[in-house]
Amino acid sequence: MAYSKELLDHYENPKNVGSMDKESEQVGTGLVGAPACGDVMKLQIKVNNKGVIEDAKFKTFGCGSAIASSSLITEWVKGKNLDEAHSIKNTEIANHLALPPVKIHCSILAEDAIKAAIDDYKKKNRKNT
Amino acid sequence: MKKLKNIYFDYQATTPVDPRVLKKMMPYFGEIYGNPHSRNHSFGWEAEEGVEVAREHVAKIINANPKEIIFTSGATESNNLALKGVSEFYGDKKNHIITCVTEHKCVLESCRHLAGKGFEVTYLPVQSNGLISLDELKKSITDKTLIVSIMGVHNEIGVIQPLEEIGNICRSNNIFFHTDCAQAIGKIPLDVDKMNIDLMSISGHKIYAPKGVGALYIRRKPRVRISSMISGGGQERGMRSGTLSPALCVGLGEACNIYTNEMEKENRTLTKYKEMMLEGIRKSCPDVYLNGSEEARVPGNLNLSFAYVEGESLMMGIKDLAVSSGSACTSASLEPSYVLKALGVEEELAHTSLRIGFGRFTTENEIKYATDVIVKEVKRLRELSPLWEMAQEGVDISKIKWAHH
Repeated sequence: MAYSKELLDHYENPKNVGSMDKESEQVGTGLVGAPACGDVMKLQIKVNNKGVIEDAKFKTFGCGSAIASSSLITEWVKGKNLDEAHSIKNTEIANHLALPPVKIHCSILAEDAIKAAIDDYKKKNRKNT
Repeated sequence: MKKLKNIYFDYQATTPVDPRVLKKMMPYFGEIYGNPHSRNHSFGWEAEEGVEVAREHVAKIINANPKEIIFTSGATESNNLALKGVSEFYGDKKNHIITCVTEHKCVLESCRHLAGKGFEVTYLPVQSNGLISLDELKKSITDKTLIVSIMGVHNEIGVIQPLEEIGNICRSNNIFFHTDCAQAIGKIPLDVDKMNIDLMSISGHKIYAPKGVGALYIRRKPRVRISSMISGGGQERGMRSGTLSPALCVGLGEACNIYTNEMEKENRTLTKYKEMMLEGIRKSCPDVYLNGSEEARVPGNLNLSFAYVEGESLMMGIKDLAVSSGSACTSASLEPSYVLKALGVEEELAHTSLRIGFGRFTTENEIKYATDVIVKEVKRLRELSPLWEMAQEGVDISKIKWAHH
């Protein structure tokens, strides 16, 4: 299978690998996928008081396409507000990385992960207000 | 260490043709062009002579009589012919077949085909070490059992089934014993008499002969009869019609001949390599598991699960090493290997598996290089893995409620 240059670059030099304090109120964490299916993504966002994502981190267990999809989406969400980040579509990721058809689910997982992280952040901050 | 390019670690998929084999074959592509079945002139006799010497070499490595060897296109054809041929010939008397869940697809599919024709098929499970239980085998036998088909050495996990014990059980119950030995020839000593084997499938391209040739051993005393699958001129004692390719037969024969002389020496080298690689990986990476029995296995196969690192991403990271994925994310199915599943390897671990196969032309330098590359990449990908992070924090991953999709 021939992968695109963009995909290989994100796989070989993934951006924003790491973890943030999941207890922090500024941080939203999304954990999606399942080990038995061969993919797990953990995506975290740090949101400032203006509602803008100022940092994002990920860790991914999965194939090269899954790693690249999560690396790409962490780059994209930085600097966006929550609504903008929530509206990112998996097809945009799939197109950008030129994912082959059998790997489309990796981009869906990345979309699910960012939505889960946003939901987690909102849930945390709803409780506190 | 100097970076090496494109190293072949997939000797269970296929092997390169040994230059000594190719050399023996070459005349049969050129000046010796007769039809080996032409009985009336020297062109035919010369081609036939090559084929018959090859047949002797094939027979010798399994302690058979050359008259008990027929040439085929490969182990897939041999397995089909053995199972369907015996079943068709004896099917009106006995209609039960015993095989095993981890057999090669061509055996399983042949059995499925026969099940559609009214045969009963028992698929024996395997233990966690990949071997069948002899008690299970004995318990499965009925007075209708016609044939047992169990492979000698496993293509994915390299484990060696107890052929002699299986042969004894079959013989004492008056059941035919067929074994797919595509991966076993040249790897373990084989003796059709000592092991009471009635039919054995052999492949050329797994033993440094070309693709497109194989053989089937069919016992003459006590005689095993099969119905042929191909109608034609009645070549190969009527069991496999079609003109033989002397070049391919000679290639298979020479490959067997080389192994008859060199198997022990080669096994010693490969055992050394296996230990180097396994120890090298285990020393630097915890949580790496060998799939299949550690004792009853051939040295040229390491099927390893690298926990917390998905197999395909690992393959991408070690792209200069041509290995095979134990998980099947590379194929369209996205299902982990049915073989690892049968061993009871959990799905999450099955997704982290690679098959590393080495053989005659692997060098010590390549083994060292590959070990370093694998260790480095496993460490890198674990730093990227949320599961590794959780495991290090003491989180029990199996207790998390994952959303399966």
